[in-house]
Amino acid sequence: MAVYLDKTMILAQSMSSLAQGIKSSLVVVHNGRRGAGAGVIWKPGGIIVTNNHVVTNKRVQVNTADEKEYPAKVIAQAPEFDLAILEVEAKDLTVATIADSRGLKVGQMVLAIGHPWGQRAAVTAGIISGLGLVSTPGPNRSVDVIRTDAQLAPGNSGGPLVNLSGGVIGINTMVVGGDLGVAIPSHVVNKFVSEVIRDPEEVLV
Amino acid sequence: MVSTQSSNNQILMELSNAMAEAVENASKSTVLVDARRRFPASGIAYSNDLILTADHVVERDDDINIMLPDGSELSASLTGRDPGSDLALLRLQSGNAEKATVASQPARIGQLVLSLGRPNSSGIQASLGIVSAIAGPVRSWRGGLLEQYLRTDAIPYPGFSGGPLVNTAGQILGVNTSGLARGTSLTIPLPLAWQVADTLAKHGHVRRGYLGVRSQPVTISATAQKELHRQQTSGLLLVSVEEDSPAENGGLIVGDIIVAIAGQVVSDPDELLANLVGEVVGNPTLIEILRGGKSLTLTVTIGERP
Repeated sequence: MAVYLDKTMILAQSMSSLAQGIKSSLVVVHNGRRGAGAGVIWKPGGIIVTNNHVVTNKRVQVNTADEKEYPAKVIAQAPEFDLAILEVEAKDLTVATIADSRGLKVGQMVLAIGHPWGQRAAVTAGIISGLGLVSTPGPNRSVDVIRTDAQLAPGNSGGPLVNLSGGVIGINTMVVGGDLGVAIPSHVVNKFVSEVIRDPEEVLV
Repeated sequence: MVSTQSSNNQILMELSNAMAEAVENASKSTVLVDARRRFPASGIAYSNDLILTADHVVERDDDINIMLPDGSELSASLTGRDPGSDLALLRLQSGNAEKATVASQPARIGQLVLSLGRPNSSGIQASLGIVSAIAGPVRSWRGGLLEQYLRTDAIPYPGFSGGPLVNTAGQILGVNTSGLARGTSLTIPLPLAWQVADTLAKHGHVRRGYLGVRSQPVTISATAQKELHRQQTSGLLLVSVEEDSPAENGGLIVGDIIVAIAGQVVSDPDELLANLVGEVVGNPTLIEILRGGKSLTLTVTIGERP
């Protein structure tokens, strides 16, 4: 019995340390109106990924976990995937660990982090509920999504869905294809980001 | 500190992997059931050629299609249904499903469970929760009596009806359905669900009770309704009672008016039949009657109709 208690305590502990680890790469995205979304520091050089529906203006404000505020520029938008890329003038931001979202399995545990109903950096847990395609109005017609049973609410939009290694496997969104509680997998995000932002070495090759 | 951290995470990883494995195992016998318009639901391979699903998702008797986990589409026929427990059994006309593995231990409150469904062709879906309550008996709104049911906090996604509730080893604990209670999903626990499936496989229907009476509906007077302490305008007048029948042995006589069975109001022959199924069969059952204008409750052991 004691062994079981030990194990459940360890489980709880490792869950909370995981949650703590991700918060440093999570931002709040303000668009000047009421309500706010979340965002993930995706690449060095101040590159932040969020949901497109969070970004209604071209100019938005970003608050980092250390309570600093930065003006951000919207440098790319993909309405069909509900993604947007922001850029801030800041060099020392903590970049998130981006995990490979292609080999995920239904049933694996995940954490969602965001600001549901304005609650800063709230964490919800669940599993991957489904992996599949959702149709989109855009030219790609459909997009891979990760379904989760982790509770998502307004304010989770643009925040990360994270695996148990602390790696970001997706960006939570609630509006793609009218489907609730889905995340855009990080391999889709990576493709979009790399189309917009060419790494210098790639250009040289 | 670092090593503690990694070993901590290892236990969490093991749990996560175990759940993914449970989903994978149970998904092999979780199928798609296409037997209603627009929204397919889920089913469980009770045997290699029998699929157990929720009765309310089988809206038609013909043109029933099953999609197995490997994506193959097969046609199936209706073997039997039991609206009372919201279960239906389908038989594959060809092909082979992988028989579900059942849990050896019954569900416990607080136990981690997974709800599974296959409502579309894009793969298995699952949600995680715990067993929140084990309760019963309850009367379903479709007229049946469910001896026991489980409640979980796992999200019942659209199309999950007919799919399994499994433990963290992927073994079946019950069948999920949103057809037994309005606006919520319940789980029919395994022994009960399998018992109904077995009966449907053997007889095509669930055992129906036998009383041994002929009856006709009659009006209940206002005075008699006061005696019953409720508004019930009709009951069933017994016009004959078979010799040595469950009714006679239980003390029913010609002239009695049956007004309720097992607490359920009976005002016409259909309601009598509807209440003579399931758990009452073979069991002592309270039958409320009017005799000489007075209310009287007898205990009758309901027989089984051959």
